[in-house]
Amino acid sequence: MHRAPATAEELKDYIVCPACDAVWRICEPEEGGRTTCARCHHVLIRPRRGAVLQVVALGLAVMVLLIGALFLPFLEIRIRGLHNASSIFDAALIFSGPELVWLSISVIVFIIGIPMARVGLMTYALLPILLERPVLPGGRTAFRWADTLRPWSMAEIFILGVGVALVKIVDLARVEIGPAFWMFALLVLITLLQDTFTCRYTIWKALDAAPPARRRRKARKAPA
Amino acid sequence: MSRPDLHTRAVTARELGLVGCTHCAKVWPAHVEVCGRCGQSLSRRDARALSRVWAWWTIGLIAYIPANLYPMLVTRTLFGTQESTIVGGAVELAHHGAYAVAFIVLFASVAIPLAKFAAIAYLALAVQRGWRGPALRRMQLYELVEFIGRWSMIDVFVVAITASLVQLSVVATVNPGPAALAFALSVIFTMLAARSFDSRQIWDSVADLEAGRHRTQQSSAAGPGGAPTSPVLPPVPPPVSPPVSPRAAE
Repeated sequence: MHRAPATAEELKDYIVCPACDAVWRICEPEEGGRTTCARCHHVLIRPRRGAVLQVVALGLAVMVLLIGALFLPFLEIRIRGLHNASSIFDAALIFSGPELVWLSISVIVFIIGIPMARVGLMTYALLPILLERPVLPGGRTAFRWADTLRPWSMAEIFILGVGVALVKIVDLARVEIGPAFWMFALLVLITLLQDTFTCRYTIWKALDAAPPARRRRKARKAPA
Repeated sequence: MSRPDLHTRAVTARELGLVGCTHCAKVWPAHVEVCGRCGQSLSRRDARALSRVWAWWTIGLIAYIPANLYPMLVTRTLFGTQESTIVGGAVELAHHGAYAVAFIVLFASVAIPLAKFAAIAYLALAVQRGWRGPALRRMQLYELVEFIGRWSMIDVFVVAITASLVQLSVVATVNPGPAALAFALSVIFTMLAARSFDSRQIWDSVADLEAGRHRTQQSSAAGPGGAPTSPVLPPVPPPVSPPVSPRAAE
């Protein structure tokens, strides 16, 4: 039998490529650089200065913009004296016919619910690190979920959809862009920035380095 | 290139009797079931992963049929009601001379979804049947499918936005048709199919072929078969510098 590095102490220096399962000895690049898996070219480590702070700050900005964009008028349409203003909520609720209500719910979830949930989870996981406090209970799971939900957060796709819809309607009516549109556009930009700043390796390292939680609650739960 | 064929020399966690967390990339001994750092359940090579891929793939394809047969948009104007399917809408655009827009609609709503089904089927079959082929190309194809998957939702959003805007009493109202729901479901199921696929299996199947042990490896999960004799692992090569880092010398 071969000898594989088996103790936790030995394994600490290695990283497994999540995409292709190749094992590498960890070699951190300089800030701004990146380390990729030599076999499948998956990006493994991409450190940035103040990555945790940026993730939390941008997340809170997203939250503010989302709440604002929800209720302000998004687009307005004028045609021969007739007029209709639509907020994001209206756009989502348009499917609320009896059989299309599920579609309505999923649109809201994809463009508002999941982006908000991601911000909440990330802030919960990472804010204690910034304050140099122990990670809150469930904080690690919260960050994992925030990351798992990333592909299902579709605000940027929605904004492109608005663009396409405008091209289709613009011949037949005058369309005005409301303040919520610009808030949403900014939000998309921030989300894209945030996703580039988020390096899982860096953040897990920060979570690992956080001071250990005091386990008072656990102790009380112990059976008498 | 000075780097000697790194992709054939790479040692996998499976070969070393280890298991890697697919979320946070931490290495664990093979018997560990849940990542102690992030809580992700650690799957070795999950034989059921491919069944899940095919299950999502099949219902995605089934949902794509009504998405094309039923109307996507129902437009009511002073002159009557008009229902348009995806292809029907594109044909109509072409009749009005908007060839570019018609082409984009056909490309985004017909060509890309079909290409996604084909790509996922190819990747899954290549692993199952042990087809020879370049693993890196397949990996890139997989990443492309995963990247594009969510963008197909754009059709559904366009319908929602158009319908919510064009509500002008008698002059014109646009309402979503049943195809919008079917299309959304088809996109979601295809995304789930792509995410169920374990990209590590691309590399396993190609590596197994090279070692000529494709059939025997299928059943044993994290078997140490064919493991290298040396426990010394290659370092992570930074993209520019040579693969041997100073840390490896420790």
